[in-house]
Amino acid sequence: MFDQFDPAEDKMLQVIDNNGKVISKELMPDLSDEEMVKLYKEMLFVRTLDFMIVSYQRQGRVYTYPPNYGQEAIGVAAGAVLRHEDWLVPAFRELGAWLAKGVTMKEIFMFNMGFEDGLRFGEANHVLPFSVPIASQLIHGAGIGYAIKYQKKDEVAMAFVGDGGTSEGDFHEALNFAGVWKVPVIFVVQNNQYAISVPVKMQTASTNIAVKSVAYGIKGLKVDGNDIFAMLAAFRYAHEYARKEQQAVLIEAVTYRKGAHTTSDDPTKYRTTNEEKEWDKKDPLRRMKLYLEKKKLWSDAEEERVTEEYKKEIDRQFMETEETVQYPLEDALKYTYAEMPQDLRDQQIEHEKFLQWKNARK
Amino acid sequence: MKAMNIVNAVNDALDIKLTEDNNVVVYGEDVGFEGGVFRVTEGLQKKHGVERVFDSPLAESGIAGTAVGMAAAGLRPVIEMQFCGFIYPAFNQIISHITRMHNRSRGRYKMPIVIRLPYGGGINALEHHSESMEAIFAHIPGLKVVVPSTPHDAKGLLISAIESDDPVLFLEPKRIYRAIKQEVSEEKFSVPIGKAKVLSQGTDVTVVAYGAMIREVQKAMVMAKEAGYSVELIDLRTIYPLDKETITASVKKTGRIVFVGEEPRSFGVGSEIMALANEEAFLHLEAPPKRVAAFDVIVPYPRGEHHYMITPDKIFYAIERTIKY
Repeated sequence: MFDQFDPAEDKMLQVIDNNGKVISKELMPDLSDEEMVKLYKEMLFVRTLDFMIVSYQRQGRVYTYPPNYGQEAIGVAAGAVLRHEDWLVPAFRELGAWLAKGVTMKEIFMFNMGFEDGLRFGEANHVLPFSVPIASQLIHGAGIGYAIKYQKKDEVAMAFVGDGGTSEGDFHEALNFAGVWKVPVIFVVQNNQYAISVPVKMQTASTNIAVKSVAYGIKGLKVDGNDIFAMLAAFRYAHEYARKEQQAVLIEAVTYRKGAHTTSDDPTKYRTTNEEKEWDKKDPLRRMKLYLEKKKLWSDAEEERVTEEYKKEIDRQFMETEETVQYPLEDALKYTYAEMPQDLRDQQIEHEKFLQWKNARK
Repeated sequence: MKAMNIVNAVNDALDIKLTEDNNVVVYGEDVGFEGGVFRVTEGLQKKHGVERVFDSPLAESGIAGTAVGMAAAGLRPVIEMQFCGFIYPAFNQIISHITRMHNRSRGRYKMPIVIRLPYGGGINALEHHSESMEAIFAHIPGLKVVVPSTPHDAKGLLISAIESDDPVLFLEPKRIYRAIKQEVSEEKFSVPIGKAKVLSQGTDVTVVAYGAMIREVQKAMVMAKEAGYSVELIDLRTIYPLDKETITASVKKTGRIVFVGEEPRSFGVGSEIMALANEEAFLHLEAPPKRVAAFDVIVPYPRGEHHYMITPDKIFYAIERTIKY
């Protein structure tokens, strides 16, 4: 597959076209009808959840949120490939992968409501918290890769970044370390064309992002990130390769952020409606839906029914979260150190004395 | 017991931890094959293997960042930054991840990482090789900052640092790497993090110092003794968390305090010691707390370094002025 889609020749792995028609049958991942519908439903769930969180933000019930709209196929395909023991090193726009790894909706709500508790990931195995400093997390992926190899474990780490993140020095360091150390890490660049307002052509003069792999002596693949089958085929192949060969892989998933960078961003300032319309044709859900409809596996009626179910469940869990979350003073203090220094304890005691005084004045 | 200098003591502590804990890995630039530019890790790769003691690519952010991943996956990495002035590319990983992952994950991922950092001046080195910027690191929530002044403490503190579930910046006073020899137990022992040590009892003034400055203060104390002054010397050993109790008790006893550090004076470790004396022992003070520290400038190149470095007579001058205030 790496030879067939040589990034130096700017080839891109695709399985279905914009109308859901299969264009490379031999690459179509082995999936039962049920599995296909499940994948689609996962994308639909991610999209529904994503829309709902944006609307909660508009209602002032959560803080800033980075939407996944348009990029659902990448996270969902990643989630389908990652096993319980595999590591997920997120950036912050991989909702489908988080959910598949066991991050709960309530945790996602809590995080966006402003509680670190949302990053506890109590039921998920081997997921690092979301990382805000761009690309810095990729190096953690390389370190996890070293630990996997050192401990002789059958695990793979998958680390995410955006196109803007490839300009950071940490992108270079992460790929370089992973290349030198020969560790099982899949670096995934969600190339959604923009880093907030800055287009990808202002980030790099390379032919594409996947080709950067050549410089690190690792394999690279450019994949249609809006084609769930292509993403799944690429991830399955890369996962197998990383495990068997103990080598890193760079995957560029070409996609488009249909939403804003975050809820604080207004994309109409830096891109045109024409461009958005062009990308609408490549929408990952639309394409898979057209494919499934042709196979009589999905319908509008089914979509409407399922979406309503999702909305109800999401809203129920959101309201439950709103009612139960709390942020006691000690939570602000007790996690900075594994072993709390006496001085910090003293600071807490001093503050509590102030609170007692304050309450007595009421 | 065996005669050890600080280089030997650090090597011994690493050897002991590598031997008893398979999760300990030691790496950095030139750390493996060569044993480090100061030969601190000499022989460890041969004894413990290339998977456990190794050379990394030349990239400080990469070294610190990979330690985050390793720690999350259960290892206890001991990383080396070759010189104090080379740590800044790693600063983002230290301040954004190493010191925050435990809090961010609500305790799920501990970060038992030790960052070894040869620091300090007085060795006629190039720019970026002589600075003492420990205050920057002591200011970071989530980090512990440790600095030994003797071979015994270097060994015991490093063992504690490696066993700590919190990240520790382990400053090594390279000026005295080989200057002091001491009989140190070859057995495993630890020196607790967060505990200062009263090196000399005295009644007239408390002097607080650490690292390579201890030796300079001790030279000044010879002058002080001749002048008839009784100096109590406290070796901080840990900068953060600061042993407030030991310092406060001493200041209450002597009524005077002088801080000695080779760091730039403003907003430094010394500033914190001054604040502590004022906050905790105000009514016991018979003279204003005094700092003897370096200028707020870049460490001059070797030919100018003597203008910058803290000398015993400069320390004595401050001691005398404080006592005679």
